[in-house]
Amino acid sequence: MPPEAAATAEAPAKASSTAIEVSDLEAFYGESHVLHGMSFAMEPGEVVTLLGRNGAGKSTALKALMGITPPQRRGSVKLLGEETIHLPSHRIAQMGLGYVPEERGIYASLTAEENLMLPPKVQEGGLSVEEIYKLFPNLRERAQSQGTKLSGGEQQMLAIGRILRTGAHTLLMDEPTEGLAPVIVQQIGNVIRQLKTQGYTILLVEQNFHFASTVADRHYIVEDGRVVDLIPNDQLDANMEKLKDYLAV
Amino acid sequence: MLFDLLGVPPQALFAQLLLGLINGSFYALLSLGLALIFGMLNIINFAHGALYMMGAFVAWMMLHYLGIPFWPALILSPIIVAAFGMVLERTMLARLYHLDHLYGLLLTFGLALLIEGLFRQLYGVSGRVYPTPDILRGGQNLGFMFLPNYRAFVVVAALVVCFGVWYFIERTRIGSYLRAGTENPELLQAFGVNVPRMITLTYGLGVALAAFTGVLAAPIYQVHPLMGFHIIIIVFAVVVVGGLGSMLGAIVTGLMLGVVEGFTRLFYPEASATVIFIIMAIVLLLRPQGLFGRR
Repeated sequence: MPPEAAATAEAPAKASSTAIEVSDLEAFYGESHVLHGMSFAMEPGEVVTLLGRNGAGKSTALKALMGITPPQRRGSVKLLGEETIHLPSHRIAQMGLGYVPEERGIYASLTAEENLMLPPKVQEGGLSVEEIYKLFPNLRERAQSQGTKLSGGEQQMLAIGRILRTGAHTLLMDEPTEGLAPVIVQQIGNVIRQLKTQGYTILLVEQNFHFASTVADRHYIVEDGRVVDLIPNDQLDANMEKLKDYLAV
Repeated sequence: MLFDLLGVPPQALFAQLLLGLINGSFYALLSLGLALIFGMLNIINFAHGALYMMGAFVAWMMLHYLGIPFWPALILSPIIVAAFGMVLERTMLARLYHLDHLYGLLLTFGLALLIEGLFRQLYGVSGRVYPTPDILRGGQNLGFMFLPNYRAFVVVAALVVCFGVWYFIERTRIGSYLRAGTENPELLQAFGVNVPRMITLTYGLGVALAAFTGVLAAPIYQVHPLMGFHIIIIVFAVVVVGGLGSMLGAIVTGLMLGVVEGFTRLFYPEASATVIFIIMAIVLLLRPQGLFGRR
C-alpha cells in the first residue's frame, strides 16, 4: 500500500466530511504529463502543505483542484464528498473553494479596491471589507491605487483578502510567502493561524518549509507529480534528514 | 481672417468638420465594439462590418415590411442582430479561442462574405433609401453653416453611447469583470465568474454597437449590402492607430481620424481616401502599439 493511501485510511470513515479528497489525479499541459496519479486528503479545519522541489507539480495540483484549464485533468477530486473533476472552474469556486494564485494574480487594470471586490460571494459568512482592512491595514490606504502598483507584500495581502470576502471556506494558497520580507512572511503566518482557529481549511504550496512548519498540521511531500510521503508537523524534527533529502536540489 | 489665409470658405470648412465628426462617430462606435470583442474573445472580428450592415438592413426591413419606425428600430435592430451574433459566437467562434488570432480572423472574414453575399443575393447592389425620422427633419441655420438636425443627433447619440459604454466598463462592477476577463480570464473564472457566458454577452454587446451604428447610418448613407465592407477597412486602420484593447483610444481615435479625413477632403481631396492609411503606416513605424496602446 502506498504511503498516501495509508494516510487517507486514517481519516474518519464518513467520506462526506472529508474537505478535499484527491485520488489518482493526472494533469497534462498538452503533451506534457505533469501529475502522475496524485492522491491525498484533508479534513475540515486542517492546514496542510504540499512540499517539494521546483517542478514537482505542486502548483499544477492546485490548478487541477481548482479546475483551471490548462492543465487538462483526469482522476477524482472530491470536495466534501462531491465529485468536481468534470466541472468548470467557476462551478468549483461556487462550491466554496477559494484560490490564492502563484504570483498573486493581482489585476493591473483594476484598482486595489476593485481587486478586493472582484471575486463574487460564493457562500455566506465571508469577511466584510471592514474586517479585511482590519486584518490588513495597509490595504485601506492603497484602495485607490492601481493593483499592481502595490508592494509585493501588499499584493499578497490583497490576494488573500479578496478571497476571504467571498465566504469560501477551503483555501488553496500557492506560495503566499514567495519573495517577501521576513516581517511580511510573519504577518501572513499570523493570518493563516488566525484563519485556522476560525475553522478554515487551507492547502498551502510552499518552498519554505520553515514557514510551513509554523502554520501546518501535516506536510505532503510531492515528487514527480505524486505524493510520496506524509510527515505530521510534530514529527518534523525526527524526519529532518529525510525531508532535506526530498527537498535537496 | 484665418479662413482667407487657408483659402477656403468657412461654410465648406464647417461642413467638412461636421461630415468628419459624423464619420468619426461611426468609426468610434465600430472600433469600440471591435476593441471590446478583441479584449474578451481574442478575436479580430472581421464580420463587424457585415453586422453593421445587418443593423441597417434590419431597421429597413422593419420599416418596409412591418411599418416599425426609426425609434423602436434603433433599439430592436441591435437586439436582433446581437442575438444573431451570440448564436454565431456559441456555435462557431467559441471553438477558436485557444487558437491563434488568425483563425478567428479567417472565420469572421468568411462569415462577413457569407452575410454580405446573402444580402446582395436578396436585395441586389442598389441601395435602399431609409427616410430621416420626421422629428429630426430640417436643420438649424447657425449663421456660419447649416446644421441638419439628424446629423447633429447622430454625433450626440454616438458620443452618449460611447461615453456610456466607457463608463460601464471603467466604473461599474460588471465592467471590472470585463477588464479582469480581458487581463486574466482563467483566474476570473477560478473566482466563480461564469466567463464563457460573459464572453458571449460581450460579443453580443460589441455586435449590438455595430448594429446600432448601422441604424444611425441608414438615413445618411443608403442601406446597401456592401456598406459595411467599405467602412470596416477604415475602422481596422482606426483600431491600429488607436491601439487594440484601449476603449478610450478607440473612441478618441475614431473621432479624430474622421475629422482629419474631412479636412483632408477640403485641403487635398486626392488624399482623402488614403490619409487614414498613411497615418496608420506612420503610427505603425513610430509607435507599433498604437497611440493609446499600453504595451
